[in-house]
Amino acid sequence: MTTNANEYGATTTRARSHDLGWNLVFACWLIATSSTLGALFFSEVMNLPPCVLCWYQRIFLFPLVLMLPVGLFPFDPKVVRYALPLSMVGWSLAFFHVLLTYGLIPESIRPCTLGVPCALNQIEWFGFVSIPLLSLVAFSVINALLLVTHYRVSK
Amino acid sequence: MKRKPLFITAAVALVAAFVVGTLVYQSQRADSAQALARQALLVRDYAPTAGPAEAKVHIVEFFDPACDTCRSFYPFVKRMMAANPGKIRVSVRYAPFHNNSDYVVKVLEATRKQGKYWEALEALLAAQSSWAPNHSADPDLVWPQLAGLGLDLERVRQDMNAPDITRNLEQDIADAKALKVTQTPEFFVNGKPMPSFGYEQLTALVSDALAKAYR
Repeated sequence: MTTNANEYGATTTRARSHDLGWNLVFACWLIATSSTLGALFFSEVMNLPPCVLCWYQRIFLFPLVLMLPVGLFPFDPKVVRYALPLSMVGWSLAFFHVLLTYGLIPESIRPCTLGVPCALNQIEWFGFVSIPLLSLVAFSVINALLLVTHYRVSK
Repeated sequence: MKRKPLFITAAVALVAAFVVGTLVYQSQRADSAQALARQALLVRDYAPTAGPAEAKVHIVEFFDPACDTCRSFYPFVKRMMAANPGKIRVSVRYAPFHNNSDYVVKVLEATRKQGKYWEALEALLAAQSSWAPNHSADPDLVWPQLAGLGLDLERVRQDMNAPDITRNLEQDIADAKALKVTQTPEFFVNGKPMPSFGYEQLTALVSDALAKAYR
């Protein structure tokens, strides 16, 4: 009887942590998809040309829109292992880009000279919100949620 | 399992937001393109203008000196300018729809050559009912209204037939037609017409333009 009760308890705990994990990954998907649509809105609707660094961040953002749902139905906590490398690299690029727009990185190591200069802010909402900053915030939240999922569910 | 409906709803909502955003953005862009084209017809440098040139809110009024609604809007617009000093300027374009209004317009434009335009305009508006009974201007009754303004009325009589005055008036009438101005007064605030006629609509349009230009 006691063994049965313990097993039952373990199952409900696991179910609960899976619920939490599903919600967290779903939240990541919401952020990734909003960011993707936002990026497409900037480039395709408002006709703001994306700079090279923007394109690299897009490379690491867009796949999440399709990859995360694959891990949601049915829920597979391992999706974190596939998604996190992408969002980590995306975060690094966004961080680099933000430093560039604030002029904290010297000219010489700017990787992009062709096309639109990456240090040019094409959008400035409330005086400080730029596209790279939006990207950095999105990747930061996605990384945080994926890490929480990893430590609360996978183990 | 409510996860699938939740996911599908979210996906549809996000895509719908994108589509609606696109439509709104594009219609706004079309509006501003239209406003730009309108601006060319609205703003003529010869039009009499009150208010500083650097004012960011520009009201263009299509005006008929014999129109009594124009008369009642005149102090209203003046109050709006006084309430927002330096931020609003007003240009007067003519749409002389009443009988003999064009004659009065020519007289007014001739007073401008003596630097007494606004004085003459206010004097004529104040006495509108006496020289424009039954919505028809009587040329002979116009002249007495201009006495006492320090105008050389003989010169006004000569100047009112000057070719530039006739030309500008014809241009005003042509622009009014192109802009589909069919009633006076018609106001355009930074290129935007009133959605429907009324004091509140004009006030809303001006406060909107002020908020946009001076945020």
